[in-house]
Amino acid sequence: MSVAAVIEAPTRRQKRVLPGFGLTMGLTLTYVGIIVLLPVIALVLKGAEIGPLRFWEIVTAPRTLAALRLTITAAALATAFNALYGLLMAWVLVRYRFPGRRLLDAMMDIPFALPTAVAGLALTALFSENGWYGAILAPAGISVVYTIWGVAIAMAFTSIPFVVRTVQPILEDLDASQEEAARTLGATPFQIFSRVIFPAILPAYLIGTTIAFARSLGEFGAVIFIAGNLPMKTEVASLLAVIRLEEYDYNGAAAIALTLVAIALVLLALSNWLQAQLTRRRVPA
Amino acid sequence: MTLAISHLARRFGATQVLRGIDLQVRQGELIALLGPSGSGKTTLLRIIAGLDWPDAGALSFDGSDWLAKSAAERRIGFVFQHYALFPHMTVRDNIAFGLSVLPRADRPGKAQIAATVDRLLAFLQIGGLADRYPAELSGGQRQRVALGRAMAIEPRVLLLDEPFGALDAQVRRDLRRWLRGVHDSTGTTTVFVTHDQEEAFELADRVVVMNGGVIEQIGKPDEIYDHPATPFVARFLGLTVELPVTMRAGRAHAAGLDLTVLPRRAIPDGPATLFLRPADILPVPDPEAPFRVTEMATTGALLRIVAEDDTGCRIESEVPRRDGRDLRQGQPVGLRAVAGQIFPGSGQQPAQPIHTPKTLKEARP
Repeated sequence: MSVAAVIEAPTRRQKRVLPGFGLTMGLTLTYVGIIVLLPVIALVLKGAEIGPLRFWEIVTAPRTLAALRLTITAAALATAFNALYGLLMAWVLVRYRFPGRRLLDAMMDIPFALPTAVAGLALTALFSENGWYGAILAPAGISVVYTIWGVAIAMAFTSIPFVVRTVQPILEDLDASQEEAARTLGATPFQIFSRVIFPAILPAYLIGTTIAFARSLGEFGAVIFIAGNLPMKTEVASLLAVIRLEEYDYNGAAAIALTLVAIALVLLALSNWLQAQLTRRRVPA
Repeated sequence: MTLAISHLARRFGATQVLRGIDLQVRQGELIALLGPSGSGKTTLLRIIAGLDWPDAGALSFDGSDWLAKSAAERRIGFVFQHYALFPHMTVRDNIAFGLSVLPRADRPGKAQIAATVDRLLAFLQIGGLADRYPAELSGGQRQRVALGRAMAIEPRVLLLDEPFGALDAQVRRDLRRWLRGVHDSTGTTTVFVTHDQEEAFELADRVVVMNGGVIEQIGKPDEIYDHPATPFVARFLGLTVELPVTMRAGRAHAAGLDLTVLPRRAIPDGPATLFLRPADILPVPDPEAPFRVTEMATTGALLRIVAEDDTGCRIESEVPRRDGRDLRQGQPVGLRAVAGQIFPGSGQQPAQPIHTPKTLKEARP
């Protein structure tokens, strides 16, 4: 090594990869403020303009209530399905080595990458009475398109990566010796999963499913094609907000949107609090 | 005899990790598997535990074939190098784990489990930590909890992988004595893996020195220290000075070396290699001798002396400082060996510089 290199080393170390804290923090806050926070604040202000009485009237109107009920029920169905299937998917991707694993891993991102309207069209084509799935289900008297099941399937499609991608890295980082320890202590495979592995991934799993649920609540593009959008029957809340907007009923649109945001935020806060409770004493000192 | 291992072999891909291990561990013994990294000691421990399986060989405990049993059926206690405590459980729940996963029919009652845990906590001197989580413990405390968790199931054999590897020097020494005490009062047959010879020698009843997948030597610490069986063991135990000697009638001879103290050995006449510890070489002023003092440095209590002869043969020795009072730089000295090991052959086997940091720079013909 030359002398010059030795002298140069310290100065090179002082340079950071990213610009200084002040600049990066400023840019971050600006972005969050303009892109994320401002629209939410605008929505809240718009909602506040309406006044509590009128707000309550809009939200408890039969059509709004029906839309909210459908949205929440379908989102819950989709989330329950994704909670199971997403965990399984993450497990398969992390725990097994098989040909095509990387391809399968990449395919997990398709719902993120695909325009949701395209997903909605594809699902509708598949489940309609002369589609591939529909042709099988229709004779059995099961119709998916234009029912709550269709809504739930569309929601499940778009939100599955949230569960897979939050659980996967935690599962990958799990210390294999903990499972071995459980094995030497006499635990059965089921006990190892339920008492060692699952508690370890639970915090991430909780966050993943909550985000998937929140995402399903607001799903629009994929849902409107398959739902049929019959008022009182298969009309989701976000579509109703659009309809109100088109009717120049800005207050109605804002009230519905605000209700959706409130539900999502409360759930996120709850799941973050739960996660904090679970991990409070687990972080290394 | 309790644990019997014979002809055990294990290969990972192209690497032969264990090549024919034979070992008998007696009831209540404390055994150290000592060797450099890559010697196969951890693999051997994992096979005994049932966490890995050999490609060939046999493993039995009190006559029953352990290779036909799962890790759980063997009922061993395994302490992992980084403890592998369950981070979402308190110390109490960690220790109780092995009891709480028993089939309902065999599982002790809640109160009984709690009593067992309390007894272990007191025994391991960690009673105050029962409701803490692993993240809230120091390394030494985690080690004790890991041992408690392994002991709760009353294992037939206790297996420890580098039990003190992740601890600092002071805690290491304390825990070492403490573990010896635990072993003496429970009498559980124990096998532990270490790469630290001091640790192995202080703790173990018998030490198994491993290298490259084979056992180089098995014996009591003193036996191994005084009579290393192979050049590898000699080097590993600090006999880092290697000198070519000539054997005549069981005695070693070399120019400028006084080897009369060494006992007569049944080694055929001809070339041989003498292994010495720097501390077992005493430079003595002798105007006739071919060696000259070229370096003298004090390490406090000890004096490090390097002597060289005209051929470039360089020998390092360590003597108590007062024994080197008469020595001067450039002075001709003879070297008296106080103890050493002789192995037949000219010692031309492949050099292992990693294990011989103070290797002898020697101009061989």
